[in-house]
Amino acid sequence: MDVMPKPEILDVQGQAVSRALTRIGVSGIEVRQGKHFELEVDDSVDDETLHRIAGDLLANPVIEDWTVTRV
Amino acid sequence: MSTRIGVITFPGTLDDVDASRAVRYAGAEPVALWHGDHDLQEVDAVVVPGGFSYGDYLRAGAIASLAPIMREVVEGAAKGLPVLGICNGFQILCEAGLLPGALTRNEKLHFVCRDQKLRVENADTAWTSGFTRDEEILVPVKNAEGRFVAAPDTLKALEAEGRVVFRYVGGNPNGSAADIAGVASENGRVVGLMPHPEHAIDLLTGPSEQGLGLFTSVLGTLAGAPAA
Repeated sequence: MDVMPKPEILDVQGQAVSRALTRIGVSGIEVRQGKHFELEVDDSVDDETLHRIAGDLLANPVIEDWTVTRV
Repeated sequence: MSTRIGVITFPGTLDDVDASRAVRYAGAEPVALWHGDHDLQEVDAVVVPGGFSYGDYLRAGAIASLAPIMREVVEGAAKGLPVLGICNGFQILCEAGLLPGALTRNEKLHFVCRDQKLRVENADTAWTSGFTRDEEILVPVKNAEGRFVAAPDTLKALEAEGRVVFRYVGGNPNGSAADIAGVASENGRVVGLMPHPEHAIDLLTGPSEQGLGLFTSVLGTLAGAPAA
Protein backbone atom coordinates (compact mmCIF):
# COMPACT_ATOMS: atom_id res chain seq x y z
CA MET A 1 0.00 0.00 0.00
CA ASP A 2 1.27 3.41 -0.91
CA VAL A 3 -0.01 6.36 1.10
CA MET A 4 0.55 9.85 -0.27
CA PRO A 5 -0.44 13.32 0.88
CA LYS A 6 -3.40 14.54 -1.19
CA PRO A 7 -2.36 16.76 -4.11
CA GLU A 8 -3.87 19.85 -2.46
CA ILE A 9 -2.04 19.26 0.82
CA LEU A 10 1.20 21.19 1.15
CA ASP A 11 3.94 18.54 1.47
CA VAL A 12 6.61 20.42 3.36
CA GLN A 13 8.82 17.35 3.75
CA GLY A 14 8.78 16.73 0.01
CA GLN A 15 9.65 20.38 -0.56
CA ALA A 16 12.62 20.12 1.78
CA VAL A 17 13.84 17.04 -0.12
CA SER A 18 13.41 18.93 -3.41
CA ARG A 19 15.58 21.75 -2.08
CA ALA A 20 18.21 19.32 -0.85
CA LEU A 21 18.38 17.81 -4.35
CA THR A 22 19.71 21.09 -5.66
CA ARG A 23 22.69 20.60 -3.35
CA ILE A 24 23.70 17.46 -5.22
CA GLY A 25 23.33 19.30 -8.50
CA VAL A 26 19.82 18.15 -9.44
CA SER A 27 17.33 20.90 -10.05
CA GLY A 28 13.80 21.24 -11.38
CA ILE A 29 12.48 18.12 -9.69
CA GLU A 30 9.48 18.28 -7.40
CA VAL A 31 9.36 15.58 -4.74
CA ARG A 32 6.31 14.46 -2.81
CA GLN A 33 6.93 12.16 0.12
CA GLY A 34 4.65 9.37 1.26
CA LYS A 35 4.71 6.00 2.95
CA HIS A 36 4.97 2.46 1.63
CA PHE A 37 3.52 -0.46 3.59
CA GLU A 38 4.07 -4.13 2.80
CA LEU A 39 1.38 -6.43 4.13
CA GLU A 40 1.69 -10.19 3.97
CA VAL A 41 -1.84 -11.39 3.46
CA ASP A 42 -3.58 -14.60 2.58
CA ASP A 43 -5.19 -14.72 -0.89
CA SER A 44 -8.54 -14.90 0.85
CA VAL A 45 -8.21 -11.29 2.10
CA ASP A 46 -10.35 -9.28 -0.30
CA ASP A 47 -9.74 -5.80 -1.70
CA GLU A 48 -12.49 -4.35 0.45
CA THR A 49 -10.64 -5.43 3.58
CA LEU A 50 -7.36 -4.03 2.27
CA HIS A 51 -8.98 -0.68 1.56
CA ARG A 52 -10.58 -0.69 4.99
CA ILE A 53 -7.13 -1.25 6.52
CA ALA A 54 -5.82 1.69 4.53
CA GLY A 55 -8.72 4.05 5.18
CA ASP A 56 -9.17 3.24 8.86
CA LEU A 57 -5.56 3.12 9.98
CA LEU A 58 -2.66 3.30 7.53
CA ALA A 59 -3.88 6.52 5.91
CA ASN A 60 -5.78 9.52 7.22
CA PRO A 61 -8.44 10.16 4.54
CA VAL A 62 -8.58 13.83 5.54
CA ILE A 63 -5.08 14.45 4.22
CA GLU A 64 -3.92 11.30 2.40
CA ASP A 65 -4.80 9.09 -0.59
CA TRP A 66 -3.74 5.48 -0.98
CA THR A 67 -3.30 2.81 -3.59
CA VAL A 68 -3.35 -0.94 -3.04
CA THR A 69 -1.22 -3.17 -5.25
CA ARG A 70 -1.09 -6.97 -5.03
CA VAL A 71 2.25 -8.49 -5.96
CA MET B 1 -18.39 16.17 46.15
CA SER B 2 -15.83 17.80 43.95
CA THR B 3 -15.89 17.50 40.20
CA ARG B 4 -13.68 14.69 38.89
CA ILE B 5 -11.75 15.26 35.67
CA GLY B 6 -9.91 12.38 34.02
CA VAL B 7 -6.44 12.86 32.54
CA ILE B 8 -5.32 10.10 30.17
CA THR B 9 -1.78 8.74 30.07
CA PHE B 10 -0.59 6.89 26.95
CA PRO B 11 2.92 5.51 26.47
CA GLY B 12 4.81 8.65 25.48
CA THR B 13 2.44 11.19 27.06
CA LEU B 14 4.38 14.08 28.58
CA ASP B 15 1.94 16.65 29.88
CA ASP B 16 -0.38 14.54 32.02
CA VAL B 17 1.24 15.83 35.22
CA ASP B 18 0.79 19.48 34.26
CA ALA B 19 -2.76 18.79 33.06
CA SER B 20 -3.57 17.15 36.40
CA ARG B 21 -2.08 20.12 38.22
CA ALA B 22 -4.22 22.50 36.16
CA VAL B 23 -7.31 20.48 37.07
CA ARG B 24 -6.34 20.76 40.73
CA TYR B 25 -5.64 24.51 40.49
CA ALA B 26 -9.10 24.93 38.98
CA GLY B 27 -10.60 23.28 42.05
CA ALA B 28 -11.43 19.84 40.69
CA GLU B 29 -10.07 16.39 41.43
CA PRO B 30 -7.78 14.96 38.74
CA VAL B 31 -8.30 11.26 38.03
CA ALA B 32 -5.51 9.33 36.29
CA LEU B 33 -6.85 7.31 33.36
CA TRP B 34 -4.74 4.62 31.71
CA HIS B 35 -4.69 4.09 27.93
CA GLY B 36 -5.10 0.32 28.21
CA ASP B 37 -8.20 0.44 30.38
CA HIS B 38 -11.80 0.39 29.23
CA ASP B 39 -12.75 2.44 32.26
CA LEU B 40 -13.44 6.18 32.52
CA GLN B 41 -13.97 5.79 36.29
CA GLU B 42 -17.17 7.83 36.02
CA VAL B 43 -15.32 11.12 35.56
CA ASP B 44 -17.27 14.27 34.70
CA ALA B 45 -14.90 15.36 31.92
CA VAL B 46 -11.71 14.16 30.24
CA VAL B 47 -8.45 15.84 29.27
CA VAL B 48 -6.32 14.20 26.58
CA PRO B 49 -2.90 15.75 27.24
CA GLY B 50 0.09 16.41 25.02
CA GLY B 51 3.24 14.47 24.33
CA PHE B 52 4.27 11.87 21.80
CA SER B 53 1.87 8.99 22.34
CA TYR B 54 3.24 5.79 20.82
CA GLY B 55 6.24 7.79 19.60
CA ASP B 56 4.05 9.48 16.95
CA TYR B 57 4.40 6.23 14.98
CA LEU B 58 2.37 6.09 11.76
CA ARG B 59 0.91 9.60 12.30
CA ALA B 60 0.77 11.76 15.42
CA GLY B 61 -2.19 10.50 17.43
CA ALA B 62 -3.14 7.70 15.03
CA ILE B 63 -2.36 4.72 17.24
CA ALA B 64 -3.52 6.38 20.46
CA SER B 65 -6.88 7.11 18.82
CA LEU B 66 -7.50 3.34 18.78
CA ALA B 67 -6.44 2.69 22.39
CA PRO B 68 -9.04 1.02 24.64
CA ILE B 69 -9.58 4.17 26.73
CA MET B 70 -10.30 6.18 23.57
CA ARG B 71 -13.17 3.89 22.67
CA GLU B 72 -14.71 4.88 26.00
CA VAL B 73 -13.97 8.57 25.36
CA VAL B 74 -15.65 8.41 21.94
CA GLU B 75 -18.70 6.75 23.50
CA GLY B 76 -18.74 9.27 26.35
CA ALA B 77 -18.43 12.21 23.96
CA ALA B 78 -21.47 10.94 22.05
CA LYS B 79 -23.40 11.30 25.31
CA GLY B 80 -22.12 14.82 25.93
CA LEU B 81 -19.01 14.15 28.05
CA PRO B 82 -16.78 17.26 27.83
CA VAL B 83 -13.41 16.35 26.31
CA LEU B 84 -10.38 18.62 25.91
CA GLY B 85 -7.49 17.63 23.65
CA ILE B 86 -4.25 19.56 24.01
CA CYS B 87 -1.49 19.32 21.39
CA ASN B 88 -0.99 15.57 20.87
CA GLY B 89 -4.40 15.23 22.52
CA PHE B 90 -5.88 17.42 19.77
CA GLN B 91 -4.19 15.22 17.18
CA ILE B 92 -5.66 12.14 18.88
CA LEU B 93 -9.20 13.61 18.91
CA CYS B 94 -8.93 14.42 15.19
CA GLU B 95 -7.68 10.91 14.44
CA ALA B 96 -10.50 9.47 16.54
CA GLY B 97 -13.04 11.41 14.48
CA LEU B 98 -14.26 13.52 17.42
CA LEU B 99 -12.96 16.70 15.79
CA PRO B 100 -12.70 17.63 12.10
CA GLY B 101 -9.52 18.19 10.12
CA ALA B 102 -5.99 16.99 10.73
CA LEU B 103 -2.69 18.30 12.10
CA THR B 104 0.26 18.18 9.74
CA ARG B 105 3.95 19.02 9.75
CA ASN B 106 4.63 22.69 10.48
CA GLU B 107 5.02 24.86 7.39
CA LYS B 108 8.70 25.57 8.06
CA LEU B 109 9.36 22.04 9.37
CA HIS B 110 10.68 23.42 12.66
CA PHE B 111 9.62 22.40 16.12
CA VAL B 112 8.19 25.69 17.38
CA CYS B 113 8.33 26.47 21.10
CA ARG B 114 7.25 29.93 22.22
CA ASP B 115 4.68 31.89 24.14
CA GLN B 116 1.77 32.49 21.83
CA LYS B 117 -1.12 34.91 21.91
CA LEU B 118 -4.51 33.41 21.11
CA ARG B 119 -7.89 35.00 20.56
CA VAL B 120 -10.92 33.28 22.03
CA GLU B 121 -13.32 33.15 19.08
CA ASN B 122 -16.05 31.17 20.76
CA ALA B 123 -16.80 31.64 24.46
CA ASP B 124 -19.80 29.29 24.43
CA THR B 125 -18.06 25.90 24.40
CA ALA B 126 -17.82 23.67 27.45
CA TRP B 127 -14.15 24.62 27.83
CA THR B 128 -14.31 28.37 27.08
CA SER B 129 -17.52 29.50 28.79
CA GLY B 130 -15.52 31.45 31.38
CA PHE B 131 -13.87 33.65 28.75
CA THR B 132 -15.38 36.51 26.82
CA ARG B 133 -15.42 36.51 23.06
CA ASP B 134 -12.34 38.14 21.46
CA GLU B 135 -10.45 37.92 24.76
CA GLU B 136 -6.75 37.35 24.17
CA ILE B 137 -4.74 34.88 26.20
CA LEU B 138 -1.02 34.08 26.28
CA VAL B 139 -0.05 30.39 26.48
CA PRO B 140 2.94 28.33 25.33
CA VAL B 141 2.85 26.53 22.01
CA LYS B 142 5.30 23.67 21.37
CA ASN B 143 4.92 21.29 18.47
CA ALA B 144 6.28 20.13 15.14
CA GLU B 145 2.97 18.98 13.70
CA GLY B 146 0.50 21.71 14.51
CA ARG B 147 -0.56 22.92 11.07
CA PHE B 148 -4.32 22.51 11.02
CA VAL B 149 -5.73 21.47 7.65
CA ALA B 150 -9.21 20.52 6.53
CA ALA B 151 -11.14 20.32 3.29
CA PRO B 152 -12.36 23.73 2.03
CA ASP B 153 -15.98 22.78 2.75
CA THR B 154 -15.07 21.74 6.28
CA LEU B 155 -13.24 25.01 6.90
CA LYS B 156 -16.22 26.95 5.60
CA ALA B 157 -18.57 25.04 7.87
CA LEU B 158 -16.30 25.50 10.91
CA GLU B 159 -16.26 29.26 10.36
CA ALA B 160 -19.99 29.48 9.65
CA GLU B 161 -20.89 27.44 12.73
CA GLY B 162 -18.51 29.32 15.02
CA ARG B 163 -16.53 26.17 15.71
CA VAL B 164 -13.16 27.88 15.46
CA VAL B 165 -12.53 28.30 19.18
CA PHE B 166 -9.01 29.76 19.23
CA ARG B 167 -7.07 31.66 16.60
CA TYR B 168 -3.37 32.58 16.61
CA VAL B 169 -2.74 36.30 17.04
CA GLY B 170 0.53 38.08 16.32
CA GLY B 171 1.93 35.47 13.99
CA ASN B 172 0.88 32.01 12.90
CA PRO B 173 3.47 29.59 14.31
CA ASN B 174 2.91 26.70 11.93
CA GLY B 175 0.98 27.71 8.82
CA SER B 176 -2.40 26.56 10.14
CA ALA B 177 -5.33 27.24 7.85
CA ALA B 178 -7.01 30.57 8.74
CA ASP B 179 -4.70 30.88 11.78
CA ILE B 180 -6.76 28.18 13.50
CA ALA B 181 -5.32 27.10 16.86
CA GLY B 182 -8.32 25.19 18.19
CA VAL B 183 -11.73 23.88 17.12
CA ALA B 184 -14.83 22.42 18.72
CA SER B 185 -17.30 19.66 18.00
CA GLU B 186 -20.78 20.57 16.76
CA ASN B 187 -22.19 20.58 20.29
CA GLY B 188 -19.22 22.49 21.74
CA ARG B 189 -18.48 19.77 24.29
CA VAL B 190 -15.29 18.52 22.63
CA VAL B 191 -12.52 21.07 22.12
CA GLY B 192 -9.01 20.59 20.79
CA LEU B 193 -6.15 23.07 20.55
CA MET B 194 -2.44 22.87 19.78
CA PRO B 195 -1.17 25.40 22.38
CA HIS B 196 -0.84 24.39 26.01
CA PRO B 197 -3.18 26.09 28.49
CA GLU B 198 -2.05 23.67 31.21
CA HIS B 199 1.41 25.28 31.11
CA ALA B 200 -0.05 28.75 31.75
CA ILE B 201 -1.67 28.43 35.15
CA ASP B 202 1.03 29.80 37.43
CA LEU B 203 3.35 32.78 36.87
CA LEU B 204 6.16 30.82 38.50
CA THR B 205 6.38 28.51 35.50
CA GLY B 206 4.22 29.99 32.75
CA PRO B 207 3.80 33.22 30.79
CA SER B 208 0.37 33.89 32.31
CA GLU B 209 -2.37 32.30 34.40
CA GLN B 210 -4.86 32.58 31.59
CA GLY B 211 -4.70 28.94 30.60
CA LEU B 212 -6.51 28.07 33.80
CA GLY B 213 -9.64 29.54 32.23
CA LEU B 214 -10.26 26.40 30.17
CA PHE B 215 -10.30 24.25 33.29
CA THR B 216 -12.46 26.60 35.34
CA SER B 217 -14.78 26.96 32.34
CA VAL B 218 -15.61 23.27 32.28
CA LEU B 219 -16.34 23.36 36.01
CA GLY B 220 -18.78 26.17 35.36
CA THR B 221 -20.29 24.24 32.48
CA LEU B 222 -20.69 21.10 34.59
CA ALA B 223 -22.16 23.06 37.50
CA GLY B 224 -24.59 24.87 35.22
CA ALA B 225 -26.04 21.86 33.48
CA PRO B 226 -26.52 18.30 34.70
CA ALA B 227 -24.35 15.79 32.85
CA ALA B 228 -26.12 14.26 29.88
